[in-house]
Amino acid sequence: MDKQTIVQNSDEKKEKLSIFVSEPAVEPDTATSPRPGVEIPHVHIEPSKGWVGLQLRDLWVFRELLYFLTWRDVKVRYKQTALGVTWAILQPLLTMVVFSLFFGKLAKVPSDGIPYPIFNFVGLLPWTFFSSAITNSSQSLVGNANMITKVYFPRLIIPISAVLSGLVDFGISFIVLIGMMFFFPVHPGWGIFLLPLFLLLAVITSLGVGLWLSAMNVQYRDVRYIVPFITQFWLFATPVAYSSRLLSEPWLTLYGLNPMVGVVEGFRWALLGTNPPSAMIILSVLVSVVTFISGLFYFRRMEKNFADLV
Amino acid sequence: MSELAISTSGLWKRYRIDQESKPRYKTLRDQVARLFPKPLHKNGHSLSAFPANGSHPEIKTVRKEKENSIWALKDVDFQVKRGEVVGVIGRNGAGKSTLLKILTRITGPTRGVIDIYGRIGSLLEVGTGFHKELTGRENVYLNGAILGMRKFEIDRKFDEIVAFSEVESFIDTPVKYYSSGMQVRLAFAVAAHLEPEILLVDEVLAVGDASFQKKCITKMEDVGRYGHTVLFVSHNMSTVTRLCERAVLLEKGQLILDGPAEQVVGEYLSANHGAASWRDWEDPAAAPGNNIVRLRTMRIKRRDGETNYTFDIREPVGVEMEFDVLTPGYSLFPYFTLVNEEDLWLFTSLDNDPEWLRKPRPVGRYRSTGWIPGNYLAEGTLLIMATMRTEEPHIIHFHERDVVAFQVVDSSNGDGARLDYPGRFPGLVRPLLNWETEFFPS
Repeated sequence: MDKQTIVQNSDEKKEKLSIFVSEPAVEPDTATSPRPGVEIPHVHIEPSKGWVGLQLRDLWVFRELLYFLTWRDVKVRYKQTALGVTWAILQPLLTMVVFSLFFGKLAKVPSDGIPYPIFNFVGLLPWTFFSSAITNSSQSLVGNANMITKVYFPRLIIPISAVLSGLVDFGISFIVLIGMMFFFPVHPGWGIFLLPLFLLLAVITSLGVGLWLSAMNVQYRDVRYIVPFITQFWLFATPVAYSSRLLSEPWLTLYGLNPMVGVVEGFRWALLGTNPPSAMIILSVLVSVVTFISGLFYFRRMEKNFADLV
Repeated sequence: MSELAISTSGLWKRYRIDQESKPRYKTLRDQVARLFPKPLHKNGHSLSAFPANGSHPEIKTVRKEKENSIWALKDVDFQVKRGEVVGVIGRNGAGKSTLLKILTRITGPTRGVIDIYGRIGSLLEVGTGFHKELTGRENVYLNGAILGMRKFEIDRKFDEIVAFSEVESFIDTPVKYYSSGMQVRLAFAVAAHLEPEILLVDEVLAVGDASFQKKCITKMEDVGRYGHTVLFVSHNMSTVTRLCERAVLLEKGQLILDGPAEQVVGEYLSANHGAASWRDWEDPAAAPGNNIVRLRTMRIKRRDGETNYTFDIREPVGVEMEFDVLTPGYSLFPYFTLVNEEDLWLFTSLDNDPEWLRKPRPVGRYRSTGWIPGNYLAEGTLLIMATMRTEEPHIIHFHERDVVAFQVVDSSNGDGARLDYPGRFPGLVRPLLNWETEFFPS
């Protein structure tokens, strides 16, 4: 008896609900999903303790979001500036002029027989990408706090898109480089076909450092103040303004621990035909991959608290 | 229909208090400082109430736990079947928002297991990721992707979304040139077209103007008719009983009641503060008061005299007190105090009717009404505390908490204190003030 009353009650309510619906009422049909082409997902949530799996499949599901966020970063960056895309060209170009003046002309830093401006510019390309990638990604989680506290998506997407959006700048300044190569002129060897691999090394290194810094920045806001020092110090530990041949052996091994050394040397070899990178590049790759994978795990471990902390 | 949409078992969520208030993040400097012992308090416990000889280690841990964390959810178990429309009710801080945050995976549970079958959409996320520099079109795609829509889905629904938002002619204009109302409409249009299997709603329907709100409700019902599951968090009991078949009641993080919506809402209202907008006492002897004066009925009324619970923020609210004077010769001050949900006293208002002010009252029935002006209170549920006092000699005849209650909703349309500002509008009151601007041309 009791049960019946309740059922009647709910029928009545359905009627009340349909008052708001202007179209003719349709029988509810649970069998048809309103979203053809998308299956009903099942999500299982359990508290994660300690080190957790990477769940990269989730990242694949949200790949379009990665694309849109990267695209947004690029678009917004240039919409808000007076000079727009010109900045992507001016930034490394002006740095190159300053470096050429002080290191090339005044200090007469040897540049492996290559005109100093292009020698420097080839190093500045991956370097500018790297330094802006870690600067942007370290701030990315805190900067997107409103998204993190409102919607679920794999948080990894945020620092990754911050790194990837730098690739567009890289592409633009690369066009300038091509012009310079004709101007000076320099002749790249067959190594140019390996250039994408060196770029990949730069991307993985940036991602590794970016993941560590972005996750740490959520909990320790002083990361923001540390990043400028990191990039400054790292610039001098990388052969951007000078040639790595200035260094002698005991230091070279230590130097190889810096993956950006391999990247810059690789770029010079691929584009300017200087000496190929030494075997030290294996160490560079190893350090880069370890930073990247440990960064992923650290990020995933900290991820569960982001929404509460950010 | 009997398939599950949401199932939680043994769900607990702990918040560290230092995460909730004050600085939520730490600084490395503090962490480094912690590595070194404090020079003045060698054991770090010398200020504690317990002797620092280590004889009460358990007590200290318990105290520490108590001070640093609170359980926002305690052992919450519940299932929602596919197609059910369930209301989630409870006072502020009962854990309703925490529950939604865990179900939407924004934050993780401390303990417990949750299974969700279907994509979850929530109206928490209206406008998330909107960027003012981007055009309406660009924002639709970006926002859709953030909510978990695939690009082909957005392509397919794009025209529908734009039509729903009523901003067609501005769709290729940067959103920064939109009025706030247009931004909200566009954001809501995207969220409404997510078409999730499970929809979580947290009282955001207070955005936009009345006609747009109606459109949103229609859209919600539309979604509901496809057999979708809706979880509806609200303070508005009449909406809950109107929209939901079933309701669950949360109190201090625990799910204490689960059943048909009317029953749970009724239970909540009576248990919480007997808080209807009308109250009388069948047995006069049991009514608040003494043999001098006794309260008989109390109610909240509209301008037209009808008893009412939910008021528009622009409407005046009448607080009516009916009482019997049983012994003549006393001058009486009836008054009431307005108390909000956080137990803050907003104000007290004394009956200042000059006809009876400080005059001895003859035996009989009196009815006093104090009018709270429209465009004065903020949104929320308000409780009335009623008091009757005599000054000479000083007697409190009755002093009754939570006698009646009413609710204020802000559905103003540019003519209230919030103008057309769509976001959170904090403050204990929301008066509409007279502003004057003087201009001094240079």
